[in-house]
Amino acid sequence: MTIISKLAIAASLATALTSVAVAQDNLNGLVVGFSQIGSESGWRAAETSVTKQQAEERGIDLKFADAQQKQENQIKAIRGFIAQGVDAILVAPVVATGWEDVLTEAKEAEIPVMLLDRGVDAPEDLYLTSVASDQVLEGRVAGEWLVKEVGDADCKIVELQGTVGSTPAINRKQGFEEAIAGHANLTIARSQTGDFTRAKGKEVMEGFIKAENGGADICAVYAHNDDMAVGAIQAIKDAGLKPGTDIKVVSIDGVPDIFAAMVAGEANATVELTPNMAGPAFDALSAFLADGTAPEKFIITESKLYTPADNPQGEYDTRKGLGY
Amino acid sequence: MKRLHLERLANPQLLALAAVLLINWALFPNFFRITWQDGRLFGSAIDVLNRGAPVAILAIGMTGVIATKGVDLSVGAIMAVCGAVAATMVVAGYPTPVAVIAALAVGLACGLWNGFLVAVLDIQPIIATLVLMVAGRGIAQLITEGYIVTFNDPALIFIGTGSVLGFPMAAVIALVLMILVTLVVKRTAIGLFIQAIGVNRAAASLAGIHSRMLLMLVYATSGFCAAIAGIIVAADIRGADANNSGLWLELDAILAVVIGGTSLLGGKFSIPLAVVGAIIIQAMNTGILVSGFRPEFNLIVKAGMIILILMLQSPLLGHAAGFFKRDNKRVVSK
Repeated sequence: MTIISKLAIAASLATALTSVAVAQDNLNGLVVGFSQIGSESGWRAAETSVTKQQAEERGIDLKFADAQQKQENQIKAIRGFIAQGVDAILVAPVVATGWEDVLTEAKEAEIPVMLLDRGVDAPEDLYLTSVASDQVLEGRVAGEWLVKEVGDADCKIVELQGTVGSTPAINRKQGFEEAIAGHANLTIARSQTGDFTRAKGKEVMEGFIKAENGGADICAVYAHNDDMAVGAIQAIKDAGLKPGTDIKVVSIDGVPDIFAAMVAGEANATVELTPNMAGPAFDALSAFLADGTAPEKFIITESKLYTPADNPQGEYDTRKGLGY
Repeated sequence: MKRLHLERLANPQLLALAAVLLINWALFPNFFRITWQDGRLFGSAIDVLNRGAPVAILAIGMTGVIATKGVDLSVGAIMAVCGAVAATMVVAGYPTPVAVIAALAVGLACGLWNGFLVAVLDIQPIIATLVLMVAGRGIAQLITEGYIVTFNDPALIFIGTGSVLGFPMAAVIALVLMILVTLVVKRTAIGLFIQAIGVNRAAASLAGIHSRMLLMLVYATSGFCAAIAGIIVAADIRGADANNSGLWLELDAILAVVIGGTSLLGGKFSIPLAVVGAIIIQAMNTGILVSGFRPEFNLIVKAGMIILILMLQSPLLGHAAGFFKRDNKRVVSK
């Protein structure tokens, strides 16, 4: 490599870095406290590592507190952050209720609070903004993909629901149904809960295959999360069918293993639930600190569709390192 | 002799199983259709055996524990720990037999720990095993570092999804284990000793039974069975899911033992009937899946069936049944 090309790379890197820095150098050196729920799922672990990355890119000193699934730990952590006099606080609230007191304390200390991933039942003036995905939209994106994919052909769909009564299960079901409504050729033939787990996803899919003429009648499976889809893929293979070809597989989340399945040609589409909730929150904070711009109260993250055309191997490699 | 045989066939567990299977068949006429697919039997009835195997294996170990008036709440968590051990070891490059033996050894150690708390420290079983029920899942998460550890080791996968003479490997393991354990407790005095401890531990000890040793033995067996179930479940999905593997299965195992007619107050027990209990539970699960009920009804249907089965076994109804039986006998003897 010549000196000139090295210099060129260095220069382009420098411009890339300064473009972030110029936009948000008012965050550089700030101290931000982050109260995370815990590490109950791969996605949660990825959210933690992406938040740390995002903070590092902006020169923020991130104080991390793991609440181990307990609200009292989160409240303690937030009080600790207030006592330390941090510049801002990120919270991924474990439950929706019981936040008023501690958020009022933060407000009185004039520390902006940003909610990640889940909302709270508290007056809106107690926090700067809430960053979350739109779960109904996720279901709709998955459904719209399938509508486009099958065209005018008849398609019998089986659905693997999340845990009965859970918000993501209700919303992702609703969004998908909205998307396929008005397309009479697409029908949901069977729908059962797979509890968001691989093992149940596999067991339920086995049942569906037996019930639908050995799987010959099933055109597509829609799973409320990727883990159930991974289980369903194994059940389809065990039945002597080809997942991705004989039965199309569409799911939500964007975890590494579904990209591995795409590389193998066994999954057709996934809608990403981005673990980058902190990026938009920091952007909002930057704008707020610069000139007092009040950000939108509810920032919705993008629900991006990934198919095998979107370099699944590359997506797998980048995600694998995030702690999924 | 012949009458004894008939009475055995008419026991409430087998009647309940027949009823559940009949309902499944009515809801889904292809329930018993079995085809040959890729060198294995393929059909809903086979699914019942395959999916019921982990709970059946847990129930085999649980029966001994419950017969001593104990209970083992930790089996679900032990499954998660042992699955995690096997998966992380094959991923780390250890040969499959080493990983499997290590996982079994960990299960045995967990069982011995429970036995130590119950037999030596005299802690009540429900509390003693609660310790590992709570801590075990944490240990499993520590081993997997919070990931679902996926693997592609063909030998390990075979334990979960392979087949022997067309039958699913998991069901074959459960059957062999059931026969072995039943032979050990029925052909030796161990079964009688276990029963004696369950009826009255103090009296059993005074009569010269090593109750501590035997309690250690039953809890160790339960831990060992949980390890086998944990390996099967992990091998089935080709990954160790520390958060969900074996979650709440301890309750299914206890239910299977109770459906099998073993009293939670200890004493008389039957391992084969506990396995039948596990199959009844799974037949209900599979039946719900193929019937097309909405998932909101799953638990209601299951609860209704279980209440019915337990009512069939209640002493009051047993009395009424006995009344009719006596009547029959009189007719026969005339």
